[in-house]
Amino acid sequence: MSLLKEPDFGTPERPGEATVSVEVDGLAVTVPQGTSVLRAAALAGVDVPKLCATDSLEAFGSCRLCVVEIDGRKGTPASCTTPVAEGMRVRTQTPRVAKLRQGVMELYLSDHPLDCLTCPANGDCELQDMAGVVGLRQVRYGYEGENHLAAEKDVSNPYFDFDPSKCIVCSRCVRACGEVQGTFALTIEGRGFDSKVSPGAGELFQDSECVSCGACVQACPTATLQERSVVDLGMPTRSVVTTCAYCGVGCSFKAELRGDELVRMVPYKDGGANEGHSCVKGRFAFGYATHPDRVMKPMVREKTTDPWREVEWDEAIATVATKLRDIQQRYGPGSIGAISSSRCTNEEVYVLQKMVRAAFGNNNVDTCARVCHSPTGYGLKQTFGESAGTQDFRSVARADVIMVIGANPTDAHPVFASRMKRRLREGADLIVIDPRRIDLVRSPHIEAAHHLQLKPSTNVAVINALAHVVVTEGLADNSFVAARCEGFEEWAEFVARPENSPEATEPITGVPAGELRAAARLYAQAPNGAIYYGLGVTEHSQGSTMVMGMANLAMACGNVGREGVGVNPLRGQNNVQGSCDMGSFPHEFTGYRHVADDTVRTVFENLWGRELLPKPGLRIPNMFDAAIDGDFRGLFVQGEDIAQSDPNLNHVTAALSSMELVVVQDLFLNETAKFAHVLLPGASFLEKDGTFTNAERRVNRVRAVMPPKTGKHEWQIICDLATAMGYPMAYDHPRQIMDEIAQVTPTFQGVSYELLDKLGSVQWPCNADAPEGTPTMHVDDFTRGKGRFVVTNYVPTDERTTSRFPLVLTTGRILSQYNVGAQTRRTGNVAWHAEDVLEVHPHDAEVRGIGDGDTVRLASRVGETTLRACVSDRMPPGVVYTTFHHPVTGANVVTTEISDWATNCPEYKVTAVQVALVHPLEAAATGAAEDDRLAVRD
Amino acid sequence: MSTTLPPESRMANDIARAFRHLPREQAIEAVAGHIGRFWDPRMRSRLTRFVDEGAEGIAPEVVAAVRLLMPRRESGTG
Repeated sequence: MSLLKEPDFGTPERPGEATVSVEVDGLAVTVPQGTSVLRAAALAGVDVPKLCATDSLEAFGSCRLCVVEIDGRKGTPASCTTPVAEGMRVRTQTPRVAKLRQGVMELYLSDHPLDCLTCPANGDCELQDMAGVVGLRQVRYGYEGENHLAAEKDVSNPYFDFDPSKCIVCSRCVRACGEVQGTFALTIEGRGFDSKVSPGAGELFQDSECVSCGACVQACPTATLQERSVVDLGMPTRSVVTTCAYCGVGCSFKAELRGDELVRMVPYKDGGANEGHSCVKGRFAFGYATHPDRVMKPMVREKTTDPWREVEWDEAIATVATKLRDIQQRYGPGSIGAISSSRCTNEEVYVLQKMVRAAFGNNNVDTCARVCHSPTGYGLKQTFGESAGTQDFRSVARADVIMVIGANPTDAHPVFASRMKRRLREGADLIVIDPRRIDLVRSPHIEAAHHLQLKPSTNVAVINALAHVVVTEGLADNSFVAARCEGFEEWAEFVARPENSPEATEPITGVPAGELRAAARLYAQAPNGAIYYGLGVTEHSQGSTMVMGMANLAMACGNVGREGVGVNPLRGQNNVQGSCDMGSFPHEFTGYRHVADDTVRTVFENLWGRELLPKPGLRIPNMFDAAIDGDFRGLFVQGEDIAQSDPNLNHVTAALSSMELVVVQDLFLNETAKFAHVLLPGASFLEKDGTFTNAERRVNRVRAVMPPKTGKHEWQIICDLATAMGYPMAYDHPRQIMDEIAQVTPTFQGVSYELLDKLGSVQWPCNADAPEGTPTMHVDDFTRGKGRFVVTNYVPTDERTTSRFPLVLTTGRILSQYNVGAQTRRTGNVAWHAEDVLEVHPHDAEVRGIGDGDTVRLASRVGETTLRACVSDRMPPGVVYTTFHHPVTGANVVTTEISDWATNCPEYKVTAVQVALVHPLEAAATGAAEDDRLAVRD
Repeated sequence: MSTTLPPESRMANDIARAFRHLPREQAIEAVAGHIGRFWDPRMRSRLTRFVDEGAEGIAPEVVAAVRLLMPRRESGTG
């Protein structure tokens, strides 16, 4: 594909049924009411010159280049700010407007460097284009007048340059920062000729509130804001549309290349999830794919103390196959298993679980979703009948009240957060339920109506109290409940009990009863109330109970089955939804169908030609326990770093150390690889062909931008291994794998690469009933028929604070880093977050003599680590917070074995800890030791 | 807060606590159903062994659920 340039209609679409017919340069066009003349002209095929207008932003009317003449109207109105009217006749090319446009361009160019041939935006500059379009042949003002050509360039940002000498002050960047991203970091400073774009109050970009989403760079019509990679490498020449491999939003990007060299990632306007927006990770942090740390050749070693030995693929595959079969012969067929990755494609995950079930001959396959969203799968299946969120992302634009529970979208799901913030700026109300004061609670033009700052581990008590208010104050949607649900009476009787009232739960949750009652009323009485949640819900001993509690609340208020409502998990990794859909759980085949279901199992047995086990296999924590017990001896880890991401790392590493064979398939020698005997090099998302499924059930194509640098696709590695183990598995192309998935999975029945290429993406269920997918689920009926209310008894966690461990640690994620950091730590993103820090409330810091930046020891009953303190009142007293992006910190050394009762999802969010100041001399020694360790590792 | 119970006993107790609001017989059925549906057979076997060896620290509902599961007891390897 050559370089893909998407059309720019100048101003945003104005959806609506009412239409208006107009004539532009003699061409008739009918457009929705409210459409601008500029957009109507573009839809008629007439390009009106423009500079300050672009269709991702509201019209601004400043450049005066899009002026037109309209019959019967005086003057030359700007077509971007003029809405169409019935019968309007527009002329876009007249001597009068031509003269005006030339005059405007002359003024612009009199204060613009004339270095087009050496400018990085040469060939991608709208100012250059417009000079040609208006037929500019002279600049009567000359170039010697007062100008901005000496303005200093800001190169502080790792990814883009800001060259104010090239700025035409069109405000597109400022508006993009506000309207698209919602950060409002940029402004126009000064007046008149002194007007200039400024990040913050005269700060450098890197020092400002800029979040480096790239919206300003995208919007800039000149080289003022320019990707550093374009400056360094030149303009790309071809595009490949693919899907980001970071969070569960699943943004579509144009990978723009010169030859096989990736120059930049540009958000794709037709991407269903992101519609042209991006965040700092997807837009810029792709350098890890070519990082020198990448492992390119398979490696083996007998013992983990031996040095690695590079081998050819055949030897590596044969080694793994022989050793796995040998372990099974000695310890039984159930002594080996595999962990699938939420970073891999659906096709890669599907063949992995197929290998386990058919070639290994057991059900010991689990996925990293075990440690994040497995309670979502359980809870939503129990209540709604389907293990997935109910809405598409666009739905939030119809929400009147948005309840965010245990999620931090601006850091962890930033592109969706921008959608949400747009709706909040339009007037939707916000309720935040979180122990931490996340940015959404109060940020530019946004303030939560209620922040229920609950104590960690009391989610279920809070959701029951909210439900108590709904039921006892007569706020339930009785007609919805009567028509669509079952089990309401028993549940209503339960939540109405006095012990579930806000007043009774206040001492447990710490949430003032009056505030909670007001929040419940706000949600229940909203025309559309939507719930969005994250790992602050699931990663608890009652994670599954809380998911069911939210589903109960939504059903009770009639907030399911249409746009603007629903219960929506914000998935952590790019393909959490997909890896779960693809049968990665040890008790389920694809499409969440239990292995004990004879009818379903027969389908797979017939297709795969093997008898399959009807009993569940081991989950990840069960594998670790079984390894320590000695009857689980071999593990294949696909693209996960369990020795950094999983809880109670001492237990994890003991389990890994006790196995005879650990196989790691990854881009890098990660922490888990320290315990591995075979390393199979993986392919980056730029080298993959397949699909990811995002948090809104959207199946997106992942297209290979370049061939695998390791010489083998990851799905081929699995097929080769299964074949070497005596179970032939072969496909010519991942499209055949998807065809097989569609063949055996009712919710994927209609999915094919042909359909995805045609529609761009599709949200499952996609089948005969919904040939183009299902944006909103449970519209007329729930998947299970009736929505099921489940009694959600609050059970306090076993993890309690004591005099020895008096604080509660909770963990989270930061914008610039991703998960265990294996990717983002190998990019320029380290400029923002070079280490994990511990947020400590000023009171807790003071009584411990801890100052901002001090090194502190963080200890729980299972382990301890050291890190730097950040004194912050984001957390309430008694609660501390950190991230787990850096292996040096090892935050999961202190997290415990406690897990969700239903799914064994770890309780990362609640660990009783103590924090103590490390003496400066000891801290210096520790720092030196860590430097040595890093030096050795690198 | 700390527990020295074997993982299977601890996890089974957690399941029992989640169903404690139910009438006893229903709770036992629910615990048995959950373990039967989601646990690897060897974990069930291990839990059964702990119950047989005295059920130390194991909730009564779990003990009863294990008895309920006994006719379906597995020796499988998963």
